[in-house]
Amino acid sequence: MITIRTIAYKNLLRKKTRTILTVVGIALSAWVLSSLFGFNRGYESALNKDIDNMGFQIMVTAKGCPYEAATLMLKGGTGLRYMNEDIMKDVLKHQEVKQITPMLMQAVFDPNKGESGGMSAYLGVDPTTIASMKGFLEFKQGAWFTNPEGLEVVMGYEAAELEQREAGDLLLVTPQPGKSVELKVVGILKRTGTQDDGTIFIPLKTLQRLFNNTGKITSIGVKVQKEADIAAFEEKLYQLPDVQVVSLVQVKRTIISLVATARVMVLSIAVIAILIAMIGVINTILMSVYERYQEIGIIKSMGAMPGDVFRLVWIETMILCLVGGVIGNAAAVALAQATDVLIKRLLPYTPTGSIVQIDATLFAVTTAIIVGVGILSGLYPAWKASRVRPLEAIRGEVS
Amino acid sequence: MTTNGIAIDAKNLVKIYDRGSERIAAVNDISLQIRTGEYVSFVGPSGSGKTTLINLLGCLDNPSAGSLAIAGTEIFGEGRTLSERMLTTIRRERYGYIFQNFYLIPTLTVLENVTLPFAFYRKENARDDIDRLLSHLGLEGRTGHLPGQLSGGEMQRVAIARALVNRPEILLADEPTGNLDSARGAEVGAVLKRLNEEEGITVITVTHNPALAATAGRTIEIRDGRIAERAVTPPA
Ligand SMILES: Nc1ncnc2c1ncn2[C@@H]1O[C@H](COP(=O)(O)OP(=O)(O)OP(=O)(O)O)[C@@H](O)[C@H]1O
Ligand SMILES: [Mg+2]
Repeated sequence: MITIRTIAYKNLLRKKTRTILTVVGIALSAWVLSSLFGFNRGYESALNKDIDNMGFQIMVTAKGCPYEAATLMLKGGTGLRYMNEDIMKDVLKHQEVKQITPMLMQAVFDPNKGESGGMSAYLGVDPTTIASMKGFLEFKQGAWFTNPEGLEVVMGYEAAELEQREAGDLLLVTPQPGKSVELKVVGILKRTGTQDDGTIFIPLKTLQRLFNNTGKITSIGVKVQKEADIAAFEEKLYQLPDVQVVSLVQVKRTIISLVATARVMVLSIAVIAILIAMIGVINTILMSVYERYQEIGIIKSMGAMPGDVFRLVWIETMILCLVGGVIGNAAAVALAQATDVLIKRLLPYTPTGSIVQIDATLFAVTTAIIVGVGILSGLYPAWKASRVRPLEAIRGEVS
Repeated sequence: MTTNGIAIDAKNLVKIYDRGSERIAAVNDISLQIRTGEYVSFVGPSGSGKTTLINLLGCLDNPSAGSLAIAGTEIFGEGRTLSERMLTTIRRERYGYIFQNFYLIPTLTVLENVTLPFAFYRKENARDDIDRLLSHLGLEGRTGHLPGQLSGGEMQRVAIARALVNRPEILLADEPTGNLDSARGAEVGAVLKRLNEEEGITVITVTHNPALAATAGRTIEIRDGRIAERAVTPPA
């Protein structure tokens, strides 16, 4: 009729506030843990996706800081260095090259963006090669450029959302103060989950003309022949004057090493969160054991074995941790996007896709960890309770 | 030694407490027999050792010396002490305990409190007529209430019901009326008396309440850890 589980459960309801506070503490640490694990696995897969979707394996840029180059490659940035487009011929000479495409990155301040204006990323591309380099891009509306030198743009999915443009609309760009140009939106891409979503593509020649950068490019994307030895090819490219060769493998390594420090910090936070939750649980349960000393003594006089009392207290701990763990994990899943935004603000570079990935397995794993923590935290209070002797309860009434 | 009719057989029981440098013999060489179905009440001044003695008789504590046999089975003797587990096994088979402070679990209903022992142990011949037990004790209609909603007398009757669900052979009650006014105390006394007479349960109480002591078949006075020269009522 009544079980040890019922007693445990009802006991937790006795001091509701304390129970709720403890559960909240556990939930918070479960949330932190789950989000951090989700980040740990999500970040790398998002990065891989970004890199695979670039359409090329090697990028040639002007000589500069390698970190800057890495960032430039994935996101674009200010203080860009320019190369002369003639260098394309030298790159094309190599037999390892399957295809190349020149690019000119231009960050433009747009006063109409956001509350106080913002930067828009324009990427000048070669209309003849871009379509085949980035063959995986699909259009939501329209198509690539009709004129290789036209005042036309193709907008990434998010860029179009942000500017609220449809194919056929116009987009105003201000390359120099006081000189605005209207561009026609000829196509809008489907969502890719990569940086392309936020990019505004424009014919290379048009961008060069608008910004007085004739003959200048910021990078060349190189698609390598399947059987080519990339490392050896990189060496050869370095023979070219004043270039920087960035291979995607290298980029990935650079970024991951940048993020590694952040990750260590983040994992220490997770460990601290677990410790705090653990101390909270031990404190709560131990207090409730002390408060119930006499009750426990009476229960033992009724025939409860030390093991029964141990189980009773342990179950209480488990309930706390299970409830807290599930709530915390559910919160982590529900708020994954918010966490995503938060982490993206904290890190120097983050891939475009969702970098916090929490799935059923992770949910189960973190819940298991939290429950494991509960099992550990419950050990001492449960042991303590199991050793209460009925006599102590009776002595309590003597005084 | 024969078992016939002897529920508890204590020989030369001693319990010594160390209090700093002092050693107090709270129970000092007590020998007594309690027959099955007897109702015995211990009386005596405060600090005389009544609680200490009844705890020894109830297997709640190990004696420092002496021997104790329950229904012919020696539990303590020759300096042998038992583990908590062993004591628990004996206690749940044979004893029911009632205390001055009831010790009901405030979060459980009357019915849950009464059946609480079943969460840990259910004797083969345990009561399954809980409703009848409760109405016998005047607790019908109270089963869903929480202890906080009961009077002191009702709480003590709930505690008595709880002590009875596993059909103990011996019911131990240390100051069962200590927290009750005289009317409620008399009710509890009547219940103990009826249990003793109708169900044949051996009842052992400790009390300062003369009215309660008077309901017992035999009253034994304890002084300074010993049985007083003159027992108030001779063995029946
Ligand atoms: N755990 C203990 N440690 C030390 N001394 C104790 C302990 N328990 C009881 N005593 C002492 O043993 C003596 C007998 O105590 P006990 O509780 O048995 O008396 P009592 O007759 O039940 O008194 P009361 O009527 O006040 O309940 C007292 O002197 C008491 O101080
Ligand atoms: Mg006493």
